[in-house]
Amino acid sequence: MTSAQLTDDQPTRTVVTARDLFFGFLKVGIQGFGGVLPWARRMIVEERHWLSEVEFTDLLSLCQLLPGPNIVNVSVALGHRFAGLTGSLAAVTGLLAAPFCIVISLGMLYQAYGNSEALGGVFRNLGAAAAGLVVATAWKVAKPYIARPEAIVVAAAAFAAVVLFNWPLIYVVLALAPLSVAWVWRLAR
Amino acid sequence: MKPDVLGVLMRHFVLLSLVAIGGANAVVPEMHRIAVEVEHWMTDRQFAELFALANAAPGPNVLMVCLIGFQAAGLAGAVVATVAMCGPSSLLTYFVVRRWEKHGNTRVKKIIQRGLAPVTIGLIAASAFLLTRAAIHDWLGLILGAATFALMAWTRYSPLWLFGVATGLGLLGIS
Repeated sequence: MTSAQLTDDQPTRTVVTARDLFFGFLKVGIQGFGGVLPWARRMIVEERHWLSEVEFTDLLSLCQLLPGPNIVNVSVALGHRFAGLTGSLAAVTGLLAAPFCIVISLGMLYQAYGNSEALGGVFRNLGAAAAGLVVATAWKVAKPYIARPEAIVVAAAAFAAVVLFNWPLIYVVLALAPLSVAWVWRLAR
Repeated sequence: MKPDVLGVLMRHFVLLSLVAIGGANAVVPEMHRIAVEVEHWMTDRQFAELFALANAAPGPNVLMVCLIGFQAAGLAGAVVATVAMCGPSSLLTYFVVRRWEKHGNTRVKKIIQRGLAPVTIGLIAASAFLLTRAAIHDWLGLILGAATFALMAWTRYSPLWLFGVATGLGLLGIS
């Protein structure tokens, strides 16, 4: 470990107000093209030193375990840590305000021109590109688990339940998540 | 517009909020099931195109819910869907974080994480399948999809470059 990383991992003691949280996350929301997480990490760890690298990773892994959008959970947790309930509300509002307005504007554009000659093709092409993006995401998250038979079985079951049997997500998660966790727990003993 | 659409949006997304493990991409199949198959708010293709818009815009990809809400019931629908999707999970996070800061157990957390990951992988693979089926119908679509996959999987360039290319081609009438 280099000395730079060592200093980075010193616990941070910063005063962060609800106002700071709002504007910090507002910036993250506006910057967050193609996924917000990298931008959030950069703002929180590198630019403002609200958390160390390690603290951020711990917080993120907890937020990934909980249901709901991960980055929204991160903003809630961080807001709570520095400024309680007000902090959480400020952080979430800051994160979602700008992207919400932008997405709604795009939605209006789509409703008005989605079937038009000129823009219909743009939306069709974008749809195809976004599909490729999600295929790549699936490939990336699956790669570290390819050598684990138990993971393949569970993943295949989830895929089949959704695609072939059209099960609601709640049944898939309630059936497979405890099973899979119990399986990993047994293997880990 | 039927007034109960807002209630229906609320019910679907509150429930989804609490089972949405693995991030926005993992819940795409469920959003698709709700919006296309159960409620008929949009067609398969519209779903794929709105998903692309949510990805092309800055901000969390979960804002796909606000486009679904918007398509179903206008601006009020967008607000209701977004609050319903983020509210319950945020409350849960708020209370868990309060407790976890005192009694966190790394080993338990790691096992839960390892156990949930394969479920998430299956769900994201299902998203990939459904979106590909909805959005790719011809050679150009296949090429655009494959190029985005390659850029994302094997290079460090942002996939947004290909969103730009896709937009440019569309504006030139190539689609």
